[in-house]
Amino acid sequence: MTTTTPMLARRGMLAAGATLFATGLFATPRRGLGQSAAPSGPYTLPPLPYAANALEPHIDAATMELHHGKHHAAYVNNLNTALKDHGQLAAMPLEQLLTKIGEAPESVRTALRNNGGGHANHAMFWQIMGGKGGSPSGELAQAIDRDLGGLDKMKSDFNGMGGRVFGSGWVFVTVDQGGKLALASRPNQDTPVMEGQRVLMGNDVWEHAYYLKYNNRRPEYLAAWWNVVDWAKVGERYAAAKAGTLKI
Amino acid sequence: MAFSLPPLPYDASALAASGMCQETLELHHGKHHNAYVTALNGLVESKGLSGKSLEQIVAEAGKAGADGLPVLNQAGQHWNHILFWQVMKPNGGGDSLPGKIGAKIDEDFGGLAQFKEAFKQAGVTQFGSGWAWLVMDQSGKLKVTKTPNGANPVSTGEGTPILGADVWEHAYYLDFRNVRPNYLDNFLNKLVNWEKVEELMLNGGLKSGQTA
Repeated sequence: MTTTTPMLARRGMLAAGATLFATGLFATPRRGLGQSAAPSGPYTLPPLPYAANALEPHIDAATMELHHGKHHAAYVNNLNTALKDHGQLAAMPLEQLLTKIGEAPESVRTALRNNGGGHANHAMFWQIMGGKGGSPSGELAQAIDRDLGGLDKMKSDFNGMGGRVFGSGWVFVTVDQGGKLALASRPNQDTPVMEGQRVLMGNDVWEHAYYLKYNNRRPEYLAAWWNVVDWAKVGERYAAAKAGTLKI
Repeated sequence: MAFSLPPLPYDASALAASGMCQETLELHHGKHHNAYVTALNGLVESKGLSGKSLEQIVAEAGKAGADGLPVLNQAGQHWNHILFWQVMKPNGGGDSLPGKIGAKIDEDFGGLAQFKEAFKQAGVTQFGSGWAWLVMDQSGKLKVTKTPNGANPVSTGEGTPILGADVWEHAYYLDFRNVRPNYLDNFLNKLVNWEKVEELMLNGGLKSGQTA
C-alpha cells in the first residue's frame, strides 16, 4: 500500500494502535484534514492512511471524503468541545476516558460517549482498511479458526450481526489479551472499549458508511467490505492486543 | 389481514422541487418502508399479533421495553412512515399556517419561529437514527420531542404525534449528505403539509387503519 497522505508515525499506528493517543502524538495541536475552525483541544483528526479513492470500487471516494472529513471530523470537534472545561478528563488517554464516562459530569456524559466513541471507532476503521482482502495468516488465522469457526464462518456471522443492527451502529471482532476472539455489535457510536475490552476490527453500519453507493442494501456493503480489509494491519493489531499495547 | 404499504399520496417526483429528490422517495418508500411492512408481517404469527391494530401493537411493544424491541422496530417504523408521507406535500412549509394550528403553535411555543427552532433542535440532537416529533400531550398542549430508531410518542406514551420528521440518514443523505440541520430547515420551510397537521390535531392523531 502506498501512502498518499502525510502519515504521522504510521509504524506506531499500525503496531500499537492508539498508543499514539496515550503518548500524545495525536494530541499535538495540529489541524487535521477537514478540521477547519476546530476548537483547540486534545484530539485531532488522524489523516486517512490512503487516498480517498483507494478503496474503489467497493467504497467510493465521495463516501470516504464525507465519512472522514465530515463525520469523523465532527466527532473530534465535538469531543474537544465537550472536554473544554474538564482538564482532568481531557488529559486521559482516550481508551481510559471511554471507561470513565459514567463518572464524568452529567452535562458532558452523552457528548463524551457519542463523540469519544465516534472518534475511537473511526480511528480504528481507517486503520484496518486499505488492503485487498484475501486471508489473514499466522497466529491471527489460527485464532479465527479456533474461536470463530474459520474465516468463512466468521465473515458470514459478522455480516449477519451487522445486518441485524437496527438503525445506526457497528459490528466488531473483539480480542482479549490472551488472544481470544469474539463477535459483538453495538448501537450508535458505542464500542466494547467502553467496557474495557479491545477491538481487533470493526465495520461501520451507519447508513452514511454506505448509502451513496449501496443505498438501502446494507448486506451488499457488508459483503463487499471484506475486499478492502488490510489483513496485515489486523494481524499487527492482534499482536499488539496480545502484547497489551493495543488501545483503541 | 396483513399489513400493507400505503401508496405515496403524491408522485415520487413531486417533492423534488422542494428538496426531496425522486430517488430518495423511491428508496425510502419502496425499499425502506416496504421492508418494515414485510418484516412486520413476518412477526404476526410468532409474536401473537393477529387481529391487533397497528396503534395497539406499537403501544404494547413500547410498554414491553427491551422485550418489545423486535416488534417495535418494525411496527413503529411502519406507523412512523405512514404519518411521514402524509405530513409532507409539494411546496409545503411556509409561514402562514391554517388558523387553528397556527394559533395553537403561537399559544404553546410563543410563535412559529420558536416552534421551528425547538423541532430542529430535537432532530439535530437525536444521535444516530430516529425521529423528531410534534405531539399533543394528554392535557392537549403541543410539545416537541424525539425518539430513537423505530420508537415514537405512541410507544413512549408521550402523546399523540401530529408531525414527524425522519432523521435516519436514509431520509436525507442523497439530498443533504451529512448536513442534517439543512434537511430539517428544508423540511420545515418547504415540505410540511400544515393542513394535514391541523387535521390530525383536530381529529386526535393518525388512524392508520392497519391491522395484523
